[in-house]
Amino acid sequence: MSQTTAHAPASSNTLRLWLSTAVVALLIIGTGMFQSWNLALVIVNMGLISAIMALGVNLQWGFAGLFNVGIMGFVALGGLATVLVSMPPVEEAWQVAGIQLISGLLMGVATIVVAIVAAQKIAKARTRNITVVAILVVGFVLYRALFDPAVGKIEAINPAQFGNIGGLNLPIILAWPVGGLFAAAAAWVIGKTALGLRSDYLAIATLGISEIIIAMLKNEDWLARGVKNVIGLPRPVAYEVDLQRDPGFAETAANLGIDVTTASTLYVKFSYAFLFTIVLVILLVLAQLALKSPWGRMMRAIRDNEVAAEAMGKNVTARHLQIFVLGSAICGIAGAMMTTLDGQLTPGSYQPLRFTFLIWVMVIVGGSGNNYGAVIGGFLIWFLWVQVEPLGNWLMQLITSGMEDGALKSHLLGSAAHMRLFTMGLVLLLVLRFSPRGLVPEN
Amino acid sequence: MDFLNAIVALANFVIIPATVYGSQLALGALGVTLIYGILRFSNFAHGDTMAFGTMVTILITWWFQSMGINFGILPTALLALPFGIAITSLFLLGTDRVVYKFYREKKSEPVIFVIVSLGVMFMMNGIVRFIIGTGDQRFADGERFIISTREFKAMTGLQEGLAIRFTQGITVVTAIIVVAALFYFLNRTRTGKSMRAFSDNEDLALLSGINPERVVMVTWIIVAGLATIAGVLYGLDKTFKPFTYFQLLLPIFASAIVGGLGNPLGAIAGGFVIAFSEVSVTYAFKKVLGYLLPESLEPDSLVQLLSTDYKFAVSFVILIIVLLVKPTGLFKGKSV
Repeated sequence: MSQTTAHAPASSNTLRLWLSTAVVALLIIGTGMFQSWNLALVIVNMGLISAIMALGVNLQWGFAGLFNVGIMGFVALGGLATVLVSMPPVEEAWQVAGIQLISGLLMGVATIVVAIVAAQKIAKARTRNITVVAILVVGFVLYRALFDPAVGKIEAINPAQFGNIGGLNLPIILAWPVGGLFAAAAAWVIGKTALGLRSDYLAIATLGISEIIIAMLKNEDWLARGVKNVIGLPRPVAYEVDLQRDPGFAETAANLGIDVTTASTLYVKFSYAFLFTIVLVILLVLAQLALKSPWGRMMRAIRDNEVAAEAMGKNVTARHLQIFVLGSAICGIAGAMMTTLDGQLTPGSYQPLRFTFLIWVMVIVGGSGNNYGAVIGGFLIWFLWVQVEPLGNWLMQLITSGMEDGALKSHLLGSAAHMRLFTMGLVLLLVLRFSPRGLVPEN
Repeated sequence: MDFLNAIVALANFVIIPATVYGSQLALGALGVTLIYGILRFSNFAHGDTMAFGTMVTILITWWFQSMGINFGILPTALLALPFGIAITSLFLLGTDRVVYKFYREKKSEPVIFVIVSLGVMFMMNGIVRFIIGTGDQRFADGERFIISTREFKAMTGLQEGLAIRFTQGITVVTAIIVVAALFYFLNRTRTGKSMRAFSDNEDLALLSGINPERVVMVTWIIVAGLATIAGVLYGLDKTFKPFTYFQLLLPIFASAIVGGLGNPLGAIAGGFVIAFSEVSVTYAFKKVLGYLLPESLEPDSLVQLLSTDYKFAVSFVILIIVLLVKPTGLFKGKSV
């Protein structure tokens, strides 16, 4: 390819990138001016988190063509990390049943490890199968015998307030990398089993693991209180109340001509936005460096022609596992950030349509294979997701305004909220059909 | 006597529910496996297709009920079923024409089809929630029990009761009829044979003059039928709730893969393997063991391997084991 033709699409991409960035910026500024700056900042903060999730998924899909439908699970693991890192430990729980709990968990892990080793070491098929099953059965019984009573004791401790083991009482920012590690570990297990088989298998395996992770979060009360939720997670930024009490802050707010309550909420949201932007920029720079490195070229070579890449001596499955773990880790980091922003872990609120499929819409719309595209897609789709609902309500009110009051009218008005699923599906299909390379295509 | 009681308890709480659930899963998995065999992609919209078909059937059932039409001791929904299937078929054919056909002609990669089916899933989900809402809907009417616990106890004099609900009986009978008809169609009729030929080797089928668009059309109609029937039976047996149907996707896919994707016989076997494992792993065996073991050995705990909240984990674990040990499934499916 000559220099000029190679240059042309890149520059048109740059143009598209600037244009779509401008559109997103306008949309957010518009929200600030016509609705409220508070809402605009709320959208920006979740937009930053969505952009990070989309970046992670783009790594898997855009670089390697891996189809992960378990994003929700990795995001939720990040949320779990915030609780386990930042909450104060429940001392009583550790005194009553700490050793028992840990030995139970170790027993479980040991059983699996021994079973795997046995499966690999014993050559004769029949002996192997019998041994592995025997190890698993005995291990499971021992595990339950140690684990169940410990859980019972822990969950009995003041269940209205605790009933869990608490956390490590460390700064909550530390939970972000830890969330990434949790997600990476889960991704490694899934990748190890399902990669190297047909592409749909990974999809189904990830779908399964995410449902199981959510079920675990909902039911293992000893871990993070299950559906009783953990509220009041510590914050990495200031509290509004403290700011309002601070005379210096009040004075600055008065000088800027904003009343102190509004100023404090805006300040807190700005602080979050600042932290999130740092993380996004770091990850984006790393992803860009990776994309341009020999490693990134190899990944795209594998994506575009697995057979040829394998013939060149590339270990396709191992590289896939690598990038799958990395991408999932980024989702885990984003998940921990989101729970930090919410200030609470509510396992009941994880919905696959919101946390898995919406991220997919972001990646596809933004432009798969382009990191900037994924970030723009994250912002844009999140903006739509937030704004389509009031828009849908308004539209439905317009449609039903001519109708007389009755069951149909109230049903239509009540169901308007569901239109956003429909709209997101429509956006996905339209982009795939008419602009499959997305807003900002791959260079 | 104790032994009989144990068997009855086992039948009541494990064997009958698992058979019923297995029939529902098998019908669902047959739909997934047919799409995989003919159109060559994993259809993520299948759960929501079931929800759509069931929703249409429920609406027609309500309409029938409001006009005073009923089916005697059987649920009215069975009368509404053919109409539900017809509308779902039209809907799926429309989706195929508007959405999938474009990618088929372009010969897109399977994973693109999967993503497209995600988009379709989103839209169907939106439509279903928009029309019928997100709540639980019960639409079973007619007689409730073929045999109730009290009747059974009076009849046999056993301590344990056995109840068979009408919906359970209907599920199994319908499933048998549908599967028999499907296999007759696939193995004996010309269209069915051309479908199998197309699934085995597309190029060869095209060479021998099989019209691919016709095969695809027939497939969608059959899938609409299977999905609607599976959905309605599940809804009659339990309740209809859109989100539950989305969640059924996992056990259904697990059934299809365990049996071997693309293999109809495998889908049925897979459905029962998943259903029986799910029910028996989450059942508390205390009662059964209590009858069987001498008093000194009777268990104190529930003897439940996993709590019912983790039933998805069961299909998942079986899926993983099959992927590790035999990726082509129990019956040789098409898989790499």
